[in-house]
Order: sequence, then structure tokens, then C-alpha cells
Amino acid sequence: MSALGAFLAGLVFGVGLILSGMTDPGKVIGFLDIAGNWDPSLAFVMGGAVLVGFFAFSFAGRRGRSFLGGAMELPQRRDIDTRLVAGSVVFGIGWGLAGFCPGPALVSFGSGQDKAAVFVAAMLLGMLAYTAAERLIHEPRRRAKA
Amino acid sequence: MTIDWAHVTPWASLAGGLLIGVAATMLVLLNGRVAGVSGILGGLLSARPGEIGWRFAFIGGLLVAPAVVRLVAALPAPRIEAGFATLVVAGLAVGIGTSYGSGCTSGHGVCGISRLSPRSLVATAAFMLTGMATVFLWRQLA
Repeated sequence: MSALGAFLAGLVFGVGLILSGMTDPGKVIGFLDIAGNWDPSLAFVMGGAVLVGFFAFSFAGRRGRSFLGGAMELPQRRDIDTRLVAGSVVFGIGWGLAGFCPGPALVSFGSGQDKAAVFVAAMLLGMLAYTAAERLIHEPRRRAKA
Repeated sequence: MTIDWAHVTPWASLAGGLLIGVAATMLVLLNGRVAGVSGILGGLLSARPGEIGWRFAFIGGLLVAPAVVRLVAALPAPRIEAGFATLVVAGLAVGIGTSYGSGCTSGHGVCGISRLSPRSLVATAAFMLTGMATVFLWRQLA
């Protein structure tokens, strides 16, 4: 049941991305190009999503369990650290270069776009490199402490 | 700055955004999870048992979305200017950056801002401003 719920959520998410125009990198770069010929469409996407999300998350925050009985796992951290900002800056550079972020890239990959496949492969490699680096850095430290 | 009237799609983008909000609502109310695509995907690489199925299912939903849309309408043709090398560099930056910064446009931008999370507000401002600066500089070079 939880997999079916997640599949349907992913499907609706993907249809929303296609309808919104966000699977077109030209449109995303058009939004980021504020000094040039600006396409404000992405602001409408964010506005619509946050409008619904605001009510959903305030409702979800008051519940201890999901409708399917699992734990409600909402992020609890409130600290703003270097990792958050530096990571977001690196993400912003990649986003501006190609006009792809993870969701639209996966949807475009699903539609059979070769260029999206290249992007997704590199993105997965980046995530793997991060996971491997984290292990290399943190495992010895943990062992040293133990 | 001029407005690109030829490409602005306020109603379709608003409707798509509302659907994205509905999808985030489904995932949090049914599964108790935040719909952050980079986190869901990245979590597959170091997932604990019991953490894999729902992640694959969500990603699967994203991947089949184009096929479902094709049943009722033609997919819009994307404009992808980036060449192979740019796509690789951009993909690596997005993979590393979203892992290091714990989120992307969906997790921080949509869900985090919906939750009024200070972390996500800062992250969203950071990647939006850097994205804008990158496009600006790229335009100067081109």
C-alpha cells in the first residue's frame, strides 16, 4: 500500500511538472535569466505548489502518523550551516548551466530524452561520489571515537 | 529586463504547480514523507531495509508520467541548449550540491517553503540566486 501511494504521488508529481512546463530546460533558464528575456512561469508553479503544500503540511504536522499508519517523518532541523548554503550554491550552478533539476530531469529521462539521460547519469554519479566521500571521511572518525 | 510574453504560461504553470502540491500532499499524508526528489533518489544509494520500496515507487511514478500524459496529449518539445560536456558538469553539480545541501527545488523549494522552514528558505534563496548568476555569466560568455 505504501508503495502504491508513493507511485501515485510520483505520477501526479510528474504530470504536474509536464503541465507546468518545467520539463523544458529552456523555460527554467528563461526564469533564471532575469537580466534578459524573463519568463516568470516558474513563479506560478511555486505559488500553486506552495498554496496547496502550506495547508497539507500544517495538517500533517499536527498528526503523529500517516493515513497508512507509518510514522510522520518531517524534517526537524532548523540550523543554517555551511553545508546547506554551499550545497545549494553548487546545485544552483548546475541548475543554471543545464536548466535541469532532479524531478524534471527524471521525467524527461522517462520520456526518452537522450540529453536528460546524460544529465541523470552524471547526477547519480555525483550522488554516489558524495555518499562515498561521506563514508571515507566519517567512518575513520567514528572508528577513532569508538 | 523584458518579459518573454511568447513563452509565459501563467495558467498551465499554476495548474501544474497545484498538481505538484497535490502530489506532495499525497506523499506526506499517505507515506509521512517529504516529496523531495533528490532526497528520495539519493536515499536509494544508502537505503536501509524497508526504505527502498516506496522510493523506487515514487521515482517510477515520475518516470511513467510522460507515457500517461501521451495518452491524452502530445508532450511539449523541450528546448535543451546544453551540450554533452555541459550536461555532465551540470549533472555532477546537481548530484553533489543537492546531497550536500540536503535538497533541491522540490524538497526545499516546494515542501520546505510550504512548511515555512528557515533552512529551506535560505537554501531556495541560495540556489535561485546562484542559478540566476550562472545564467547571467553564461550569457556573457556565449
